[in-house]
Amino acid sequence: MHHFIDRRRNPKGKSLGNRQRFLRRTRHHIKDMVDKSVQKRSVKGDGTDDHSVGERVTIPVKGIREPRLTQSNTGGFRQRVFPGNKDFVVGDSFPRPKGGAGQGGREGADSGEGEDGFSFNLTREEYLQILFDGLELPDLIKKASVETETIATRRAGITTSGTPNNLNLVRTMRNSLGRRIALKRPSADDFAKLEQEIVDLEALSDPNAAQIRLLADLRHQFEALERKRRVVGYIDPLDLRFDTFTTEKVRNSKAVIFCLMDVSGSMQEREKDLAKRFFILLNLFLERAYEHSEIVFVRHTHHAQEVDEETFFYARETGGTIVSTALQEMRDIIDDRYPSDEWNIYGAQASDGENFGNDSVKCESLLTEQLLPFCQYFAYVEIVPESEDRLLNDPGAGGDLWHSYRRVKQNFPNFEMLRVSEPAHIYPMFRKLFAKKVAGDTS
Amino acid sequence: MIDSTTHARPLFDGPDWSFDLMSTVHDAIQEIALNDLGLNIYPNQIEIISAEQMLDAYSCVGMPLMYQHWSFGKHFVRDETYYRKGMMGLAYEIVINSNPCISYNMEENTMAMQTLVMAHAAFGHNHFFKNNYLFRDWTDASGIHDYLAFAKNFIADCEERHGLDAVEQVLDAAHALRDQGVFRYGRPPKPTAQEQAAMLQQREGAKSGRSVLDLWTDTILGSPEQAQSEGEAALSSRQGELSLPQENLLYFLEKHSPNLAPWQREIVRIVRYLAQYMYPQKQTKVMNEGCATFTHYYIIIRLYEKGLITQGAFMEMMHSHTNVIMQPEFDDPRFNGLNPYAIGFAMMQDIRRICENPTNEDREWFPEFAGDPDWKSVMRNAWANYRDESFILQFLSPHLIRQLKLFVITDDEKQANLVVSQIHNKRGYREVRQILARSYDLAFLEPDIQVVDADLKGDRELQLVHRVQNGIDLVDEDRTEVLKHIKRLWGYEVKLTGIDRDSGETLYSRTTRVAAADAA
Repeated sequence: MHHFIDRRRNPKGKSLGNRQRFLRRTRHHIKDMVDKSVQKRSVKGDGTDDHSVGERVTIPVKGIREPRLTQSNTGGFRQRVFPGNKDFVVGDSFPRPKGGAGQGGREGADSGEGEDGFSFNLTREEYLQILFDGLELPDLIKKASVETETIATRRAGITTSGTPNNLNLVRTMRNSLGRRIALKRPSADDFAKLEQEIVDLEALSDPNAAQIRLLADLRHQFEALERKRRVVGYIDPLDLRFDTFTTEKVRNSKAVIFCLMDVSGSMQEREKDLAKRFFILLNLFLERAYEHSEIVFVRHTHHAQEVDEETFFYARETGGTIVSTALQEMRDIIDDRYPSDEWNIYGAQASDGENFGNDSVKCESLLTEQLLPFCQYFAYVEIVPESEDRLLNDPGAGGDLWHSYRRVKQNFPNFEMLRVSEPAHIYPMFRKLFAKKVAGDTS
Repeated sequence: MIDSTTHARPLFDGPDWSFDLMSTVHDAIQEIALNDLGLNIYPNQIEIISAEQMLDAYSCVGMPLMYQHWSFGKHFVRDETYYRKGMMGLAYEIVINSNPCISYNMEENTMAMQTLVMAHAAFGHNHFFKNNYLFRDWTDASGIHDYLAFAKNFIADCEERHGLDAVEQVLDAAHALRDQGVFRYGRPPKPTAQEQAAMLQQREGAKSGRSVLDLWTDTILGSPEQAQSEGEAALSSRQGELSLPQENLLYFLEKHSPNLAPWQREIVRIVRYLAQYMYPQKQTKVMNEGCATFTHYYIIIRLYEKGLITQGAFMEMMHSHTNVIMQPEFDDPRFNGLNPYAIGFAMMQDIRRICENPTNEDREWFPEFAGDPDWKSVMRNAWANYRDESFILQFLSPHLIRQLKLFVITDDEKQANLVVSQIHNKRGYREVRQILARSYDLAFLEPDIQVVDADLKGDRELQLVHRVQNGIDLVDEDRTEVLKHIKRLWGYEVKLTGIDRDSGETLYSRTTRVAAADAA
């Protein structure tokens, strides 16, 4: 009349669909939170603000209320039964506690729910999805490069069992020797000596009695030695030692992203914000593709320097603009720290497109000769004023820098350039930049 | 088989459970439950699940299969967060009113807990589901699984066909009316064969959808002469046609909304059906938990007496049992209303006491069963034929009122102060009992709202009346939101009027029309 079923192996996440519907439902609330968090978020996923844990969001009550026709907790005439009377008598009275009819106010609603605003964690996937959703495109990142981890072996000490090809001869022989000495195993020399004596004695044509006794004694000794040699083997299974190896993941793919940004006076908060969004996307993207990635921030006015993130995005600087300094700085840093045979090098440059004099030509040559041959990819983002939308659709128009870069692009498929004027452009642009890689036609 | 006089070897010793062990223990419990207590149960199907699956089950109102909706996701996300933070424990079990009776046991439970949980859920709740008249008459335990599967597929199908948003809108609106989606006083009308065939046709035709233009035919609009004959006669004929007044708002909307496509009607119907299915549970919290708690208590004591469980296991179960039935007093910081487990269990123990050991007071109050030698049948009778309100009204004894030191506080808006109006003394017993009983009467807990009129030939405004009892108003913000939901289902304006139940005076009036004007 009964049976037991083990459901533990059943697929989990039965609520996944519900969870997705919930996120969808509250998307605009969550999106606000995520957008804010992107503004605050560090580009580098350091411990305090880790990209890998997704994001904690708080949903305001209003967005998730499920209204029902329920009776109010206050007003009217009501009587309620309580347990645990101590010393009340009929007719006792006392003022109404603030906030309603007193204790047990939840009684009437115990089948409903206490609807506080509550917070919960988004998974990383959800976070990214909503983040990019904020840029008005769903469902983004496809892994662009194959995992480039390899498996290597590493010695892991000596064991007493193993395959013959892993036999450690030195250790085995050392054990054998020690054992032989300890157990007094006769050496070949001992035998030779004894044998020689026996042979000598046997060679005597007329041995006396003492010699005969000696011979018998020596023969006896010889037999004893031989028996001992049989018992105490030259190599005993006890002596055997083998090398062992363990396998280990060796990360041989690393990526470094150079974020180059013009920080001269013309780059205001808006421009930097757009740049930051782009750099974050790029970083998230590369983090997925590579086990290990680093970011280098280089900012420039008329001279370039490597800075930390805080300075990169938030410090103000004035001065002229010489773009090539940033490229030169990147080149120097690569030479210094990121050999291109070990590192996958990416460059991302954001600028408003203004450059000094004929520096753009210098940029062009730096890129074509010094950087692009070593870079996996280099993206140039030009941030144009919101009022200049026409530029977006007219690649022919633009300043010196734009034109120089256009010439670069003709020769290098791993170079891409685009214009943006508002956050909504970032993702599509990003997608476009990296769609090429997915298609695998960068070569 | 098991001789109760001899002390057998304990069935288990140690915390680990196994399926074999659980099966053996199940049989030992069954022996007591059926042959000793005389319970009558559905076959048991006991499923072992993990904590995560328990969370899943939680969020879907305990159902093994459920259509998808964001509010279940919301509950899942919230429960999960609370659980991970340690702010909430998980139930040891969930049990479903179905045939076979499915109960979920958590894998984390110790063997002692599994024993307790089986006695509680697989026998206590199971018996209650099978025998209580509300469940017997109002729910279809053998059909529920099929129905849930149908509902899930149907709604998934609609999502595919009409989009998530469209389905969500209907579900949100229907969910808002779940409490008003049940028949309280009469049996739900069973569809006739013809209606069933029509429903099937409608379901099949969900793809095509009935044209809204059907509204504008003569049969609905009537001939011009008819339209002129307004007034009382028209109203009463309308009310006849629409079987008004109607307290089941979802039923009314499902049958008469001019606006809903067949698939939308079906969704409303699904929500209504499930609300009705869950309704007896709301009416019998005290009894259902009381019955299960009384049963497990009786069974574990018998198991211990028979030597089938060790003292350690017994202590563990008793520890858990006392936690469950703890009733903090009103001035205890842990107080959060009356605990249905505590009240239910205490009342059932009290019934047994009255049978076995009646005082003169008991004989006076309960002449029908005080001193009845067969307390088990008294108990089974109580379990079968009452719901919380009537059970308390019938069985709460002065003895127990004294024991729990119950008292009544009257909160009258017109008075400045709260007043202690009854306490646990001779003058108070009946009042206390009556007021406590009423606090479990859903007719008092939930607002009385009915559809009174909808002039399909006129402006089609849906007229609802809220009969206000004791001046207790609705939560206003929710009222506004729910009216908007009703409007979505009805397709035209909705008006809700609050009328004092005693004086007939109009207390308030809200319409979606005004809200729209405000917004514009």
